[in-house]
Amino acid sequence: MANEMASGQSPERVEDAALLMGKGRFVDDLGVPPGTLHAAILRSPHPHAEILDICATEALALPGVVSVVTGRDIEKLMRPFLVAVRSRIEHYPIAIDRARYVGEPVAVVLARNRYIAEDAAELVEVSYRPLAAAVDPEFALTNGASVLHPSQGSNLASERSFSYGEPELVFANPENRTFEIQVRYPRSMATPIECMGLIASYDSAEDAYEVTTHFQGPYAVHPVMAMALGVPANRLRIKTPPDSGGSFGIKQGVAPYAVLMGLASRVSGRPVKWIEDRMEHLTAAGSATNRVVNLKAAVDGAGRIHALDWDQIEDVGAYLKAPEPATLYRMHTAMTGAYAVSNLSIRNRVVVTNKTPTGLNRGFGGPQVYFPLEQLVRRIAIGLGLDPLEVIQRNLVPAIAMPYITASGGRYDSGDYANVVARAAQDGGLTELKARRDAARAQGRLYGIGYAACVEPTISNMGYITTALTPEERERSGPKGGAQATATVSVDALGGVSITIASVPQGQGHRTVMAQVVAPILGIDLASIRVSSELDTGRDVWSIASGNYSCRFAGAVCSAGVRAASELRGRLARIAAAKFDCEPNDVEFENSKVFPKDAPEKGIDFKRLAGESHWAASTLPQGVGPAISVTAHFSPDVLQPPDPEDRINGSAAYGFVFDFCGVEVDPDTGHIHIDKYVSAHDAGVILHQGMADGQTQGGFAQGLGAALMEELVYDEEGNFLAATLADYPLPTACEVPDLKIIHAGTKTPVTLTGAKGIGEGTTMSAPVCLANAVSDALNIEQIELPLRPSRVAAILEAQGR
Amino acid sequence: MKPSEFDYIRAADVEEAVTALANAGEDARVIAGGQSLGPMLNLRLARPEVLIDISKTPSLQQIKWDEHGLTLKCSATQAALLADAALLDRQPLLADAMPWIGHVQTRARGTVCGSLAHADPAAELPLLFSVMGGSVFARSARGDREIPSKDFYLGMFETALAPDELLLSVRFDLPKVGTGHAFKEVAERHGDFAIVAVAAMADAGGVTFGLGGVSDRPIIVRWEGLDLSGVRDAVEELALGIDPYDDQKADATYRRRLVRKLGTRVATEALERRHAL
Ligand SMILES: Cc1cc2nc3c(=O)[nH]c(=O)nc-3n(C[C@H](O)[C@H](O)[C@H](O)COP(=O)(O)OP(=O)(O)OC[C@H]3O[C@@H](n4cnc5c(N)ncnc54)[C@H](O)[C@@H]3O)c2cc1C
Repeated sequence: MANEMASGQSPERVEDAALLMGKGRFVDDLGVPPGTLHAAILRSPHPHAEILDICATEALALPGVVSVVTGRDIEKLMRPFLVAVRSRIEHYPIAIDRARYVGEPVAVVLARNRYIAEDAAELVEVSYRPLAAAVDPEFALTNGASVLHPSQGSNLASERSFSYGEPELVFANPENRTFEIQVRYPRSMATPIECMGLIASYDSAEDAYEVTTHFQGPYAVHPVMAMALGVPANRLRIKTPPDSGGSFGIKQGVAPYAVLMGLASRVSGRPVKWIEDRMEHLTAAGSATNRVVNLKAAVDGAGRIHALDWDQIEDVGAYLKAPEPATLYRMHTAMTGAYAVSNLSIRNRVVVTNKTPTGLNRGFGGPQVYFPLEQLVRRIAIGLGLDPLEVIQRNLVPAIAMPYITASGGRYDSGDYANVVARAAQDGGLTELKARRDAARAQGRLYGIGYAACVEPTISNMGYITTALTPEERERSGPKGGAQATATVSVDALGGVSITIASVPQGQGHRTVMAQVVAPILGIDLASIRVSSELDTGRDVWSIASGNYSCRFAGAVCSAGVRAASELRGRLARIAAAKFDCEPNDVEFENSKVFPKDAPEKGIDFKRLAGESHWAASTLPQGVGPAISVTAHFSPDVLQPPDPEDRINGSAAYGFVFDFCGVEVDPDTGHIHIDKYVSAHDAGVILHQGMADGQTQGGFAQGLGAALMEELVYDEEGNFLAATLADYPLPTACEVPDLKIIHAGTKTPVTLTGAKGIGEGTTMSAPVCLANAVSDALNIEQIELPLRPSRVAAILEAQGR
Repeated sequence: MKPSEFDYIRAADVEEAVTALANAGEDARVIAGGQSLGPMLNLRLARPEVLIDISKTPSLQQIKWDEHGLTLKCSATQAALLADAALLDRQPLLADAMPWIGHVQTRARGTVCGSLAHADPAAELPLLFSVMGGSVFARSARGDREIPSKDFYLGMFETALAPDELLLSVRFDLPKVGTGHAFKEVAERHGDFAIVAVAAMADAGGVTFGLGGVSDRPIIVRWEGLDLSGVRDAVEELALGIDPYDDQKADATYRRRLVRKLGTRVATEALERRHAL
């Protein structure tokens, strides 16, 4: 009932009026308590250096400066952040005696305003003893490399090997051929328009911290913050502002700053406001991981892949910042991609290097997996003389196998991948595209076609990260699994409906969609529902899975909304049934009226019924409680902790993406022109068509950025070379072509809305799809990212063009 | 990313600007459109003690055509010049090349003279000015002087202007009748500074050819008597003789490649567009 009504429609977003009129309320727009100090952070200019001394005398002498807080001050007041794997690496939000990346906070200057704080930061004298840096992840693992954390002994932060099925046997089988690929996936980041920011205060009377910030979750990091501060979780109150200007994962990285500035407030005795600027953001907010991958496939003569062997070196930067190494383990469940491959081995090494610590980023681990996997599929095709699409199709998980259990324990809930591919080829005009390519090539032009097939895991299992631990370690720390979403639906005395959700949107329109999902359940119109997505951990219902990531809104949070609304409807129906003298099940809710199924003429207004629990509580029927407010939770049952064989279902629902594109390479300049890009999705039931398309287009833009231009470049000494938007080019409207978007969804049985996620898929698929097309145009086997014109031209040069 | 402290003067007229410059000397900075200086202030790469704003000075917005050429006063914006009805006809090289400067938004504020004074090695206007020829007119409390285009650029972000001089106006010489022109550039994205920009003007006597983005200032050569058959050799020889920048955006090999590929196309196009009197 409910969801069919919501699907396919695109009502106007309730969020947009304020945004379009310049009335959004972002963290920097909010007022601050009197006496608030403004923070500027002095950051390390060195990739790796001992901090010998910090002298703040001159800075403190500047009028308007109140305090200079250093690592030594902070260390006394907190414990290092908890880390998901057993390691001796200690992570604080500020360098204590050693700076380990360019941009690491070294001191916090608190002053009357930001200008003065920045003036003073220049006057703080830090004496450093520079150390050699370990920058390249492979080099960092060698004996000669400088060790970042002497207590750890080496730069290896975690290592685990996994084997599922019989990969050795399959690789040894002489009937199979082994194909292999080595790739280095570069570092990039999602760059929201609004950088991070917060207002933090410490209440010494109650030993409690309050931080207003757009921290996007996962709120599993909330206990990490509370434990670092040494307070119970109910003494760390996080409040999110009404608006957040994009995040794409990055704003999870505000967590260490929330702790740092909470403590700065404690030291200074005043509230502290900190707004991250763009340079700080690019340098130190966090990024996706760069990764070195060696991937092998055992393939038979028909192009069927029978085993995969992954060797992954994950570069998390200088610390294991919570929740890392989640980027690596998020995809553990889906390391065979969209393919039915039952033999799998994986070796995972997590290495620390003198770079900014990594964190959540749209696509979270997906691009790092699909970039090698889908390039390897293309190489297999070349090696066997097959069309790449043919190899994809021969290996796809068949629809009849659903729900399909992957080698590493993932449970692909639903989908007809072959159908999505067929629909994409048909509706996207693949035949015409091939003809275009052939015609262009006949004229000597450099034209290529690329493909990518990806599974998009959505609604993360809070337990997947524990796959990084051994089964024995997991045993000791207790099982972790599930992902609680929460929603509260209330009716007021005038029949208006209020919904509160702990989903922390950053522009995604959660308020609109939640109203859309609930309205048909209560038979009321959208205008009578008001949704609040501002989270206050001190007052609202939330859990560690709360937040905005892994596309959990449409599937999980909306399911909690459906549950809460249905329960409220049930209670209202019982009150109405007594009035109508019918069964509660026979009460209908429609057009803001409530009536017995057989006698619509007896109907009463929804608002009258809703008001009764408020105005006439004493007249409610015996045994029926008030129908005022219901909080419901939703955690898909399929999210279990890892089993003793390290099998893990890392996500609740699995979308599918199939992309293809045609590109032309300028033979002189190396520029890449995207002639056509088609992206087909199985995202389950689409709740709001316009927003689903927007997510796809936006995910594509970020995938395109990573493919063509973005890279957080470090030189060999560890100096950071991308600290401004002049050095870190982002795609603009001029660089992002329109997509042909095709929805070919199958309803998932796992969520109550039937929706899976859609926001990350094209970010995962676009980098490799574009890379494959460019490789095809240049007639080469593989290529590195980003495909900046100079890099492409170097290939042309080498080919004698 | 906040600028260090400065005093701000909004100059009512040229005299006020020049006096303020004379008083503050090295510590003053003129701000026109602020499209380059703004970021430099925020990054604290520039720390003037006095900022003299000429962008709102009415007498300095003028754009004037006469028999010598096109003269712009220093507050005339790039957008205003692009909107000038005579541009396409009388200075087609500027009309072709200027849309490559930044974006509509930056051109709405950025001035022509500000770009010339800023002397970014990858900027289009210094290259065009050097290829087209003309003069800069500078004014200070010490007096006025004219600086011909060939003497204006001294290095990266470095011109012949003294710290107390206001770049009052610029004159772009009019092309000789029959001149063919061409311009091309390669940038990573739409509106970015050029990795390499190439401009050429072909007249009856030969070709004036200029490169931007390659070196600390525009490289200008004059090929007397060059015709279509000689283009390739001339460009190849030039490409071998230069020592292009090597940076994160593009290495020297790539820049040299662009000089060869674009250079040949641009010189050819300019010659083809030349017409007899
Ligand atoms: C996003 C973006 C993209 C851009 N892309 C390009 C591009 O592709 N190509 C390009 O060429 N430029 C580009 N620019 C720079 C832009 O063109 C600037 O407008 C121009 O470089 C400077 O002009 P302005 O009037 O803004 O000068 P300002 O920024 O105000 O000043 C620049 C410098 O010139 C000095 N100055 C200015 N006027 C005078 C004067 N009358 N006398 C003495 N000194 C003076 C100032 O003191 C300062 O040192 C871009 C800028 C931005 C923000």
